Amino acid sequence: MAKVTVDGITVEVPAGSNVLQACEAAGKEIPRFCYHDRLSVAGNCRMCLVEIEKAPPKPISSCSYPVADGMVVHTDSPMVRKARRGVMEFLLINHPLDCPICDQGGECDLQDQAVGYGVDHSRYAENKRAVKDKYLGPLVKTVMTRCIHCTRCIRFAAEIAGVEELGATSRGEGMEVGTYVEKALSSELSGCLIDICPVGALTSKPYAFVARPWELRKTDSVDVLDAVGASIRIDARGPEVLRILPRINDDVNEEWLGDKSRFAIDGLKRRRLDACWVRRDGQLHRATWAEAFDAIATRLDGMRGERIGAIAGNLADAESMLALKDLMATLGSANLDCRQDGSAIDASRRDFYTFNTSIAGIEEADAVLLIGSNPRREAPLINARLRKRWLQTNGALKIGAIGPQADLTYPVQTLGDSPALLTALRDGAQPFAEVLRKAAKPMLIVGQGALLRPDGAAVLAAAWQLAQASGMLGAEWHGFNVLHTAAARVAALDLGFLPGPRGRTFAGMMSGGVDLLWLLGADEFDTGRIGRETFVVYQGHHGDRGAARADVILPGAAYTEKNGTYVNTEGRVQRGFAAVAPPGEARADWTILRAFSERLGRRLPYDGIEALRARMEQLNPVFARLDVSPRFGATDPTGPEAGDIALSDTGFVYAVANYYQTDPISRASPTMTQCTEIYRPTLAVAAE
Amino acid sequence: MAEGSADGASADDMQQPADFVFDAASEAEIAGIIAKYPPGRQMSAVIPVLYVAQQQMARHTASAWVPRAAMDAVARRLSMAPIRVYEVATFYTMFHTRPIGRFHLQVCTTTPCWLRGSDAVTAACRAATGIEGWGETSADGMFTMTEVECLGGCVNAPILQVDDDFYEDMDAARTEALLAALRRGERPDPGSMAGRQGSAPEGGPMTLIGDAAGPAE
Ligand code: SF4
Ligand code: FES
Ligand code: FES
Repeated sequence: MAKVTVDGITVEVPAGSNVLQACEAAGKEIPRFCYHDRLSVAGNCRMCLVEIEKAPPKPISSCSYPVADGMVVHTDSPMVRKARRGVMEFLLINHPLDCPICDQGGECDLQDQAVGYGVDHSRYAENKRAVKDKYLGPLVKTVMTRCIHCTRCIRFAAEIAGVEELGATSRGEGMEVGTYVEKALSSELSGCLIDICPVGALTSKPYAFVARPWELRKTDSVDVLDAVGASIRIDARGPEVLRILPRINDDVNEEWLGDKSRFAIDGLKRRRLDACWVRRDGQLHRATWAEAFDAIATRLDGMRGERIGAIAGNLADAESMLALKDLMATLGSANLDCRQDGSAIDASRRDFYTFNTSIAGIEEADAVLLIGSNPRREAPLINARLRKRWLQTNGALKIGAIGPQADLTYPVQTLGDSPALLTALRDGAQPFAEVLRKAAKPMLIVGQGALLRPDGAAVLAAAWQLAQASGMLGAEWHGFNVLHTAAARVAALDLGFLPGPRGRTFAGMMSGGVDLLWLLGADEFDTGRIGRETFVVYQGHHGDRGAARADVILPGAAYTEKNGTYVNTEGRVQRGFAAVAPPGEARADWTILRAFSERLGRRLPYDGIEALRARMEQLNPVFARLDVSPRFGATDPTGPEAGDIALSDTGFVYAVANYYQTDPISRASPTMTQCTEIYRPTLAVAAE
Repeated sequence: MAEGSADGASADDMQQPADFVFDAASEAEIAGIIAKYPPGRQMSAVIPVLYVAQQQMARHTASAWVPRAAMDAVARRLSMAPIRVYEVATFYTMFHTRPIGRFHLQVCTTTPCWLRGSDAVTAACRAATGIEGWGETSADGMFTMTEVECLGGCVNAPILQVDDDFYEDMDAARTEALLAALRRGERPDPGSMAGRQGSAPEGGPMTLIGDAAGPAE
């Protein structure tokens, strides 16, 4: 620790910190452009100048100057103020000052700091330089004349995103930031460039000229477009969600967000179900809630419970899944399932189906094995953590993969794609087994691609045995992880949205296994498998696959339109909040189920969401632990059931082929369609 | 002026060759260069290897420049991201990212050279080549003329640098004669055109020529 005095305030900071961090610890804000606490230090903008006693008698850039014990720093001396003003004047020489037509206006570091250090006139009469705008793909808009050459974007691309595609070419007045050879940035995190650029050089293409920040209503929530559960802020104006930004959450997403989660929101306005529909004579007709409920109730009349089934989709909130489960119970049905991909999951113990190491825990791992998982496509934020860990260890982190070759932005040793490798590794017959065994904190990640196969249960069991044989299941360290792709999955498993005693599984409900099938936003399967005579109720928000097959459509709310609980792949329980009202007749999903139960005369015993949540907690106490890191060691070495089907030798295939379109919202999004078209060639290469 | 604007992608796509392969001579040179760096640090060789590529272009096409395909080849050869090579190649004026003439005339116009008559050298270059502005190439593709800052040879100002060679003590007539010789395919010996030895005074040495007692008062 080093004692540093900043403007008379003495603070202790860890040795190796820089002066800027010490100033922050003392509560002094230091203006900056190039410094970013999650990137390497460039020290090139000179805005963070301070005065340090007994150091060279000149302004010193605090971000790149290490602290020393007993250092005395002044952040507001006349010298500092004058120096910063000078820097600001230089920065503005070539800056176009086009704030009135700039999308960064109102949330621009340059604008804010110019208020503090700018002068009201310019001493430069020369022409400003103009820089040609660059094409960086369908998501990031550029106005490169505004660029102040802080190089944050270059460092972000090279360090965090792991795609070395941005750079500064030419020199001096001719210097330009871009890709040199025109190309769309091949990163799933490219939207973060928009957040990280301190000026309006990089802004959001889909959001261009849409709104000013002070017009927006901001709602904190969680993302549901993958199973990471990133913390987000939903910015809305009137009834419309205009943009989604990441919120800082060091345990989950740090301050990044995947492009799908950020840009799929134009899908929230398209193909929406905003009224009830009932099929009569093969045609869907608009209906009132009463008519729709009547149609279902009539059909249910006299139907035995075992002929009724329900499937929960990938975006469902825990509240509505519990309400549906309770409704099915009142109807006497145990036919429930949430695994529309047919993945084999043993829900008998929580650590069989969660990401036990935790996302932040990746930063302790020293060997990783990916089993049928391509985290770059399935969870870009977890991939970014793996890359971060690889960088932290200076490339010493060994990462092996069982599955097809893939570019994950860090070196991966692909061992092959056969499940037989699991047993070979367990028995030490594969050289990588040595790496896992020697590691102090090894971890493995089982992807959905490994579980949604006929031998999924055997794969899961084999992975557990491998974890055990490689010392991953310690009292302090749990290295067994399942990476989900569906935001609803872990909550569904926690709630037991699974076949009850003698209940039918997902497959059992297909091909006429039930006479009435209730789809709660379930769209991720081939609806052609549903029996011809089965009566289908689709409750959800998008006119996607499920709605196309439905006999009755009940319009539900999307995640931005309802308060709901989600559990991410780690098992972290988080709350989402409604930013806008659902469109038209649509309602929050649990209220639809509650209303229907009333129509049936089997009223569900909760009148408000609080009562429903109390029931959730009573059913499974994990729901009471909001936002906490659910880390724990492995206490019980017994593994999951292996099932009756032995390991086959068919190679693993990754569950997500196209990152950009995985759910009804992103499939309805024109921006995501555009991304799919532009990135399809790269996707195809990566999939080979 | 830096060579090549950063939007190298659009303007001169026409001239960019589709591919670039190091020839045997270049490969031999590259192997020697890389060997100077510790294993895993081969990226440090990027500047000399770019220069090898530029020299190969000069051998094969009579224009010493580094096309994009060559930068990509350098990137592959040194296992680095292409953008990192583009950054270096566009930063240094020594590298040309667009084709140039067979001879690169670099006229120093910084104050010492200017005081000693660089304007006349410039005018002579213009007259002899037909080039009008800085950075342009003559119609016959023989010459590209660029303006450079102090070449560090001020004692023998003004300097005209042709490719890698300094021609010193230039004036209009000497410039004309030099360019004519270049056109004929000759390469006059570089150095002072006034016949000085190194940067010794014109007409031979003036100090340390008498006895050890020092100059007479
Ligand atoms: S584009 Fe933005 S982030 Fe990138 S160097 Fe310019 S100002 Fe910095
Ligand atoms: S923030 Fe310190 S130099 Fe840019
Ligand atoms: S000024 Fe021309 S060489 Fe120095």
